[in-house]
Amino acid sequence: MQWETVIGLEVHTQLTTQSKIFSGASIAFGAAPNTQACQVDIALPGVLPVLNKGAVERAIRFGLAIGAKLNRTNVFARKNYFYPDLPKGYQISQYELPIVEGGHLSIQVGDAEKTIRITRAHLEEDAGKSLHEDFHGMTGIDLNRAGTPLLEIVSEPDMRSAKEAVAYARALHTLVTWIGICDGNMQEGSFRVDANVSVRPVGQKEFGTRREIKNLNSFRFLEQAIDYEVRWQIERIEDGHKIQQATVLFNPDTGETRAMRSKEDAHDYRYFPDPDLLPVKLDEAWIEQVKAGLPELPEQKQARYRERFGLSAYDAGTLTASRAMAEYFEAVLAALPARGENAKLAANWIMGDLSAALNKAELDIAANRIPAKQLAGLLARIQDGTLSGKLAKQVFEAMWNEGGEADAIIEAKGLKQVSDAGAIEPLIDEVLAANPKSVEEFRSGKEKAFNALVGQVMKASKGKANPAQVNELLRKKLG
Amino acid sequence: MSLSIDDVQRIAKLARIRVNEAEAAGYQTQLNGIFGLIEAMQAVDTTGVEPMSHAQDLSQRLRADAVTEPDRRQAFQAVAPQTEDGLYLVPKVIE
Amino acid sequence: MTHTLRSLSTLLADGKASSVELCRDYLARIQALNPTLNAFITVDADRTLAEAAAADARRAAGQAGPLTGVPVAHKDIFCAEGWLTTCGSKILANFVSPYDAHVIEQFKAAGMPTLGKTNMDEFAMGSSNETSFFGPVKNPWDTARVPGGSSGGSAACVAAGLAPAATGTDTGGSIRQPAALCGITGLKPTYGVVSRYGMIAFASSLDQGGPMGRTAEDCAWLLNVMAGFDVRDSTSLERVKEDYTRDLTKPLAGLRIGLPREFFGEGLSGDTARAVEAAIDQYRKLGAETVEVGLPNSRLSVAAYYVLAPAEASSNLSRFDGVRYGYRTPEYRDLTDMYEKTRAEGFGAEVKRRIMIGTYVLSHGYYDAYYIQAQRLRRLIANDFAEAFRQCDVILGPTAPTTAFRLGEKADDPVQMYLSDIYTIAVNLAGLPGMSLPCGFDGQGLPIGLQLIGNYFAEAKMLNVAHQFQLATDWHARAPQGI
Repeated sequence: MQWETVIGLEVHTQLTTQSKIFSGASIAFGAAPNTQACQVDIALPGVLPVLNKGAVERAIRFGLAIGAKLNRTNVFARKNYFYPDLPKGYQISQYELPIVEGGHLSIQVGDAEKTIRITRAHLEEDAGKSLHEDFHGMTGIDLNRAGTPLLEIVSEPDMRSAKEAVAYARALHTLVTWIGICDGNMQEGSFRVDANVSVRPVGQKEFGTRREIKNLNSFRFLEQAIDYEVRWQIERIEDGHKIQQATVLFNPDTGETRAMRSKEDAHDYRYFPDPDLLPVKLDEAWIEQVKAGLPELPEQKQARYRERFGLSAYDAGTLTASRAMAEYFEAVLAALPARGENAKLAANWIMGDLSAALNKAELDIAANRIPAKQLAGLLARIQDGTLSGKLAKQVFEAMWNEGGEADAIIEAKGLKQVSDAGAIEPLIDEVLAANPKSVEEFRSGKEKAFNALVGQVMKASKGKANPAQVNELLRKKLG
Repeated sequence: MSLSIDDVQRIAKLARIRVNEAEAAGYQTQLNGIFGLIEAMQAVDTTGVEPMSHAQDLSQRLRADAVTEPDRRQAFQAVAPQTEDGLYLVPKVIE
Repeated sequence: MTHTLRSLSTLLADGKASSVELCRDYLARIQALNPTLNAFITVDADRTLAEAAAADARRAAGQAGPLTGVPVAHKDIFCAEGWLTTCGSKILANFVSPYDAHVIEQFKAAGMPTLGKTNMDEFAMGSSNETSFFGPVKNPWDTARVPGGSSGGSAACVAAGLAPAATGTDTGGSIRQPAALCGITGLKPTYGVVSRYGMIAFASSLDQGGPMGRTAEDCAWLLNVMAGFDVRDSTSLERVKEDYTRDLTKPLAGLRIGLPREFFGEGLSGDTARAVEAAIDQYRKLGAETVEVGLPNSRLSVAAYYVLAPAEASSNLSRFDGVRYGYRTPEYRDLTDMYEKTRAEGFGAEVKRRIMIGTYVLSHGYYDAYYIQAQRLRRLIANDFAEAFRQCDVILGPTAPTTAFRLGEKADDPVQMYLSDIYTIAVNLAGLPGMSLPCGFDGQGLPIGLQLIGNYFAEAKMLNVAHQFQLATDWHARAPQGI
């Protein structure tokens, strides 16, 4: 039987506020246990929550960026369950009236473009952490993270493969970091993905029973976990079993998923509106103000790059993989004369040599050592014929390793391309005199011999001769 | 309506309150008495009435995003049942 | 010891007594009478006297406010830094608060020393003070009877002169009903006037702190201290600070008093009915006119309340789990066992009942039929009051259907106990201010309370209406004898 995979993602993004969503404690990462857990976060008797404006503002930013409906009145509710990292015995979240409803995000898988619908995004507080290292057979609870603001972004079950799920997660990661609401740091848990996965026979309308893979903190694990889960579910069904709804964990060491110890009272969270918090009202002036502060978004930039610069969808997508990347690209362009082909040249260098160097050094574009103006200086020397492609690579390498402007490197290393006929002709004469056999072969019609002679001349010039010029002069001589 | 012993045990479980069999029967009687009082509500037709969650029809005030709370771990953990290395200790949590 | 706040303020201002002397006197009286009344859970003489000395120093430095040095007692629901704060529960029996409630901060700012923390029904759930882990409070008028609840310790200590005044909280009548049963004056302000920050939550959307004193004037003075905007409570109202004494002396001519017909029907004891009627006559003599009003949905207030309050409470009390503070069961097998035993042993029977009701009405499949229906009724009840206040300035009726009942009389019958609050609960549901003041005694010499209900923010008006009554009567000036 042919199977179809159905995936929906729930992504918890930690918001880039200074303080917690309902208290004035810091959310800085890495503090000693419970030193950033104030009376509200540890739920002392009598304490009350007050909502952080910064968290609401970031949710509005997200809603605007995905073209969603912003609920002008949205409500915080209590989700009741007992867990030691949940100090109040309930999580304050949004249930019936979330701040963001609807919206969508475009993804690209191979050459195909697809739109993933977003169901909702709601504000909520994070829980603390359980540390399972052995404290005489007990678990340690650190509540520093309790109350950290999260925006939980829930997609429709619109993805049909692990690849699509990863593409969506990446696009979402790009967007939330792009608009500055999340730092995107997956190691620190700032961007955590839950994947709802089910399978069904191709052609069947109803969804299969889903299992939820919790807390995936890398794109690689997301892909591995879904792939494993899909195989597992298909095998189970083909073996005649039924899939039971479950919450599962992915073990990166084994590459397998396993069901969590099922909670006896799961799914009776007794949601009700939090009486300590009043309905949140969003006024139009605030929304307009947030809208005015939004940067040009990845999708808008991609369209512009394609139309204005004639870049391919792939190039446009790569250059907008992060805001830092796009800004770098645009800064390089801004430093070059406004000519159509400059965009393609800049794109090629950024996606080619620069990306390779960054990858090798395991650096993000934001930590790039070559300022945009410097790269533009190098590209300008390619444009005006000062550098051949090969020389340009040498200049780039020097620039990457030692820094400095292109012109200074060219000067210091004598890497300038030689286009002066008076300097090239003597080299050609030498080569012709030293290679009578090749000359003879060429004259008898072997074009290959010509290339060999060009190579010899280039070699004699230590790579600096302008190849086009060498070609032209050589033909004339042999003519 | 009336609550069964199973209902009593289910809600006691949800509320994390240990209730033994003898107690369950007592709760059943008392809770059913109280629900007898509550049931009077059901006679009223409230179609179209907006539920009232708060005493005042106001909206949430928003706090400026600023860190205002100092570290008071020592004072807070002075009243904790069991701590070690700044952590609250609980019986082992199994996921 | 039947001083009013005004008389104590004058004594201190005139230098006829120091705060330390006043506190010593009250502490001595507490030491003598508390074993009988059990009105206090915690008394800490050293701490009180240190606060009194600081108040005297402040006065000597010329920085005294009108009440600096006047001591008060606080219901043990208010977190006070360094004080044991138990909320009447075993689960908090060892909880020394590391922070101050807003109300406590306000009293500190006013320079008013704390005489102690008063006994109360566990987590404010009760109408007789019998649910306290620390034992019942006795009514100073008859120690075989209950003082009412949940602010029973505060009411009893003021009635018996163990404190000049006290704080209370009122979720369904917990200031007004014990004030009535103990013959004192108490006011529950408009929801949001007094910050709930640091006041241990029972039912968040209904809880409100307020003053309990010998007179309406004392309540006005005390409310001046307690009320005020607090950014840490999202439901605290951002309003200009009021002087609640400003209208006390206004004459009542032309005042329109609404009499809800639902408050004068069956269930009201004869003595109470007579005393309330007599009070109405008194008001007519003072120039007020009366108008009959209807509160047709108020009969459902007890039912709606016993859905909404337990629902909120079941969630509010989840934090008492033996992890970060308070009681933890000594022996347990695993996490769930620890939770279940801690909570089974740490909470008393009434609290557990209400947690279970609340858990049930919020649980899957029952939410709409109970919780949402109760919230809709709440709206109808509030609408009734809005309608009534189109015809009158203040609503008047009994505070409680009966005078103080015997200890143990209703302890095993929750439903009968709940009906003690039949006249007070609707006020909390609507979020309106309400107060109780003494208006007579029954045949057994037990005090009877008169309830006044005002429109939103009408506290000053109500205090005026109550004060004028107290100028014309002396019910409030009577004190229990022979304890």
